[in-house]
Amino acid sequence: MLIPPILSAPLHMIPIPLIERICRLMFGRIAKAHPGLFERLDEHREKRFAFLPTDLPLAFVVVPGREEISVLRKPVDIEADAVTEAPLFLLLALMEGRCDADALFFSRDLSVTGDMEAMLAMRNALDASNIDLQKDLAKLAGPLAPVARRVIGEIRDRALKDQMRTAGEATAWN
Amino acid sequence: MELICPAGTPAAFHEAVDAGADAVYCGFRDETNARNFPGLNFSREELREAIAYAKRKGTQTFVALNTFMRAGAEEIWYKGAADAVALGADALILADFGLMAHVAEKYPQQRLHVSVQASASNPDAINFLVDAFNAQRVVLPRTLTIADIARIGKNIRCEMEVFVFGGLCVMAEGRCSLSSYATGKSPNMNGVCSPASHVRYRKDGGELVSELGEFTINRFPAGEAAGYPTLCKGRFDIADSNGYAFEDPVSLDVMGELEALKAAGVKALKIEGRQRGKAYVAEVVSTMKAALNSAPDRRAPLLARLRTMSEGQKTTSGAYEKRWR
Repeated sequence: MLIPPILSAPLHMIPIPLIERICRLMFGRIAKAHPGLFERLDEHREKRFAFLPTDLPLAFVVVPGREEISVLRKPVDIEADAVTEAPLFLLLALMEGRCDADALFFSRDLSVTGDMEAMLAMRNALDASNIDLQKDLAKLAGPLAPVARRVIGEIRDRALKDQMRTAGEATAWN
Repeated sequence: MELICPAGTPAAFHEAVDAGADAVYCGFRDETNARNFPGLNFSREELREAIAYAKRKGTQTFVALNTFMRAGAEEIWYKGAADAVALGADALILADFGLMAHVAEKYPQQRLHVSVQASASNPDAINFLVDAFNAQRVVLPRTLTIADIARIGKNIRCEMEVFVFGGLCVMAEGRCSLSSYATGKSPNMNGVCSPASHVRYRKDGGELVSELGEFTINRFPAGEAAGYPTLCKGRFDIADSNGYAFEDPVSLDVMGELEALKAAGVKALKIEGRQRGKAYVAEVVSTMKAALNSAPDRRAPLLARLRTMSEGQKTTSGAYEKRWR
């Protein structure tokens, strides 16, 4: 499932510092809910991980060891140790471990470049973490948390069903 | 037949148990196991919790210590064995004869399985390990036909476990030097085949280029399903042709041969994939469990959906049916 251009278009206008602030708030909430999140990264904690949603005009760069996240507007020359590109919903599904990264790589829905050791450690750290965006982020909505939880859940279910459907049928080789 | 399922993290372990695994195999976060990838595997505490969870659900835990000990550093493997035994592992999966001897002597009550990495692929080799170290099960390589497996089964004094789904290694496991040749590191000694530290992907026009060390392994045109960057599944220039010399990027699936495997005397069916995510483990284990409980003619439609998660998005019965080349 791709973000429709009509929804991503406003991101061209919204000031980067505002987007960055929201992202930091969400990142902080997830880090607080999962204190051991990056323990599996070992020596890769201070590296720069870039995530490029192919359906958004933005790029995100994370330094896990410093709990830093920065947002850049595309097109941009990313300075990062490892770069992952995929549609936004797939990146979020990977963060929650609801999709298998190798399967998305085989189907060419996901591309990775740069330091593969660091990226593999990041993939495994996220997969081991039991992040649940519906549960972890809904609290940010304060009194509207139940509504936020329902909306996030519905969007996620729809996106995952869409991914299963578009994966299609592969063939037996012999 | 038992279903033996992979887990690279505690989260994947829970998924495997919940999806109906009869046993889950896993390893410590060090060079003692053949899936020593960054960020993967279990600390002692994580394994303790995982084994306790499995026991509550009636599932067994097998601990893989299936690399070959480094001369002078044997203590790392001895410590791994001691800890796995103390934590309550139901079986240790071992490849190194020295480690097998150590375990047989120090922990005679501990169940010992021969890893595929031990390359035990004929009755003489297997029976030697049964007699010398009281091995109770052998994991056979993916290079045998079902007829070979049946012949071996009639002449050995232990149980047989075979791979039925997942990554397809087409080499004599435990003796393959292709990864060492390209990178200096191998699954046998370091626990890594095509280590991530030596892998690079780059885009060249519409093509995805995979490189291992100084070698270009493959160039996947736009839209073509990709595979792992291993030499055995690389695309080579050979004389005037260009193609796969050993094997295509493809995964193993011999679930269509369950009745034949049962008749051959196979005790346990193994799913490869400790390096895969928990979503893969949950999907594959639950599907395989459903297939095992289904009539033979209903298995194919169930298993078809797993191909999209497979290397190259293709599956093969490989050497088990030896219909190719």
